[in-house]
Amino acid sequence: MNFASAAIEILSALTTAANLFVIAAGLSLVFGALRIINLAHGSFYMIGALLMASLFALGRPGVLFWPALLLAPLLTAGFGAVLERLLFRRIYRAEHLVQLLLSYALSLILADLALRLWGADSRTVPPPAALAGRLSVGGAGFPLYDLFVIALALAVGLGLWALLHRTRFGWEIRAAVEDPEGLSLCGRNVPALFTAVFALGAFLAALGGAAVAPLQAIGPGMDSSILVSAFIVTVIGGLGSIAGAALGAAVIGFVQAMGTLWLPTWAPAFIFLAMILVLVIRPSGLMGAPARAWSEEE
Amino acid sequence: MLEVAAIDVYYGTSHILQGVSLAVRAGEVIVLLGRNGAGKTTTFRAVMGLTPARRGDIRFENKAITHLPPHAIVRAGLGLAPSGRRLFGNLTVAENLALAELPGGPWTRGRVLALFPKLAEIAPRRAAFLSGGEQQMLKIARALLAQPRLLLLDEPTEGLAPVVVRELGGWLRGMREEGLSILMAEQNARFALALADRGYVMEKGRILREGTTSELLTASELATHLALGPRQRPAENA
Ligand SMILES: Nc1ncnc2c1ncn2[C@@H]1O[C@H](COP(=O)(O)OP(=O)(O)OP(=O)(O)O)[C@@H](O)[C@H]1O
Ligand SMILES: [Mg+2]
Repeated sequence: MNFASAAIEILSALTTAANLFVIAAGLSLVFGALRIINLAHGSFYMIGALLMASLFALGRPGVLFWPALLLAPLLTAGFGAVLERLLFRRIYRAEHLVQLLLSYALSLILADLALRLWGADSRTVPPPAALAGRLSVGGAGFPLYDLFVIALALAVGLGLWALLHRTRFGWEIRAAVEDPEGLSLCGRNVPALFTAVFALGAFLAALGGAAVAPLQAIGPGMDSSILVSAFIVTVIGGLGSIAGAALGAAVIGFVQAMGTLWLPTWAPAFIFLAMILVLVIRPSGLMGAPARAWSEEE
Repeated sequence: MLEVAAIDVYYGTSHILQGVSLAVRAGEVIVLLGRNGAGKTTTFRAVMGLTPARRGDIRFENKAITHLPPHAIVRAGLGLAPSGRRLFGNLTVAENLALAELPGGPWTRGRVLALFPKLAEIAPRRAAFLSGGEQQMLKIARALLAQPRLLLLDEPTEGLAPVVVRELGGWLRGMREEGLSILMAEQNARFALALADRGYVMEKGRILREGTTSELLTASELATHLALGPRQRPAENA
């Protein structure tokens, strides 16, 4: 393998990691504030990608790429808000097993629904013309769209940081992570906040799905494969921490890049090894959120 | 102003409050006394809607609030400064205050900071790193910023050094002069009775006795049930 193709492999692994960060950040945010483990998070990713493909196909080729990239996550966020109101809100105080069962059952139902609505064939979405080419640096041609996905992840990371630290909504989320009851005593409508956080989590998953559309075939099965990766990222980084999700994604990206360079057939195993290693050293993940100091009644 | 009428409160299946009734009139300072586990905190939780009463009624300014969610009760004009270190420890003092501030009442950030000038000095510090006295200040300031007309204070002297307890007495008198009504749960009966107009004594989830401060000070229950006077508590780094 020469230098140029190695550099392109690394960029491709980084792109995967960047997109994984966007998805894992949503998972982590929802866990931090709502303390639920949502196994249907991958379904939002798949729905985002499928909506992206459908919305894209509504217009003349290429015209609707950007509107679809925004609209698909927004529609998924709305769907997430509905699910939170109907289902998830009932299980915040239930034990983890109940949460796992409910969200797992939901992910199966959504997978079936997607199959009925979109069919079993996979779809493709070409990148917009402006991002279809390559950027050549020192003999290596880096796909522009990969660079866009990385830039998008950086923007999402910065945006989330600014949201959490510079806006009242973000302070409310951080306060809810620590003590939802205390927040309700400040006169804040915590159930409504939880709906918004859940919708934001679904938005991020779907944004990841929509953004990945030009990089891979869109179709059934996307939901479960991404769920495993997103969980590995959040477990490595620490459930509930956005910075942890970034770090976890970076670790995964690095491990994956090294793996594909040297031992391609073993690359997937390295990711699990990395997770096990982190869990042995730091069971709560690299930047895990501490357990809530104030348990609610019961 | 606040009428609690025969409420029953449960945690899961355990029946904690059994027919608790009490009342606070506008402008009063009322104390709720009782040993550990008597049900003072549970009474406050029921009033604030955190653990809604299963039977009985709670009215505030002639409006039924028994089944309202906590944020609606806060917006109706009731505030709670909870016991313990219940602050948003990862947020700065300034962020804690900004989150608590609701519009449309007398307690602007400026007025609250005038009452607690120390909070302005420590505004950029994370709340987890405050001393016991500073935390108590922040908890009360936060509750005030939500514009309550009746403030519930759960164990305000808990963990405070004696000199800070005296200071706290000053703050509470100041708040009362501003027209705030106060219902406070205390184990430090001497401190509480020095401030209060009337009081209730709780025992095992019921109201054992009600009376004016002087009646309660002479009541024999107090001696037996409360070990009258400031208990020896480990004073934190206040
Ligand atoms: N979350 C809970 N689940 C079950 N029982 C509880 C819970 N919280 C309190 N209790 C029980 O309810 C009873 C009343 O407790 P509460 O906290 O209201 O007492 P308190 O008067 O505030 O006491 P303290 O002075 O210790 O604060 C106690 O017997 C306690 O064990
Ligand atoms: Mg108590």
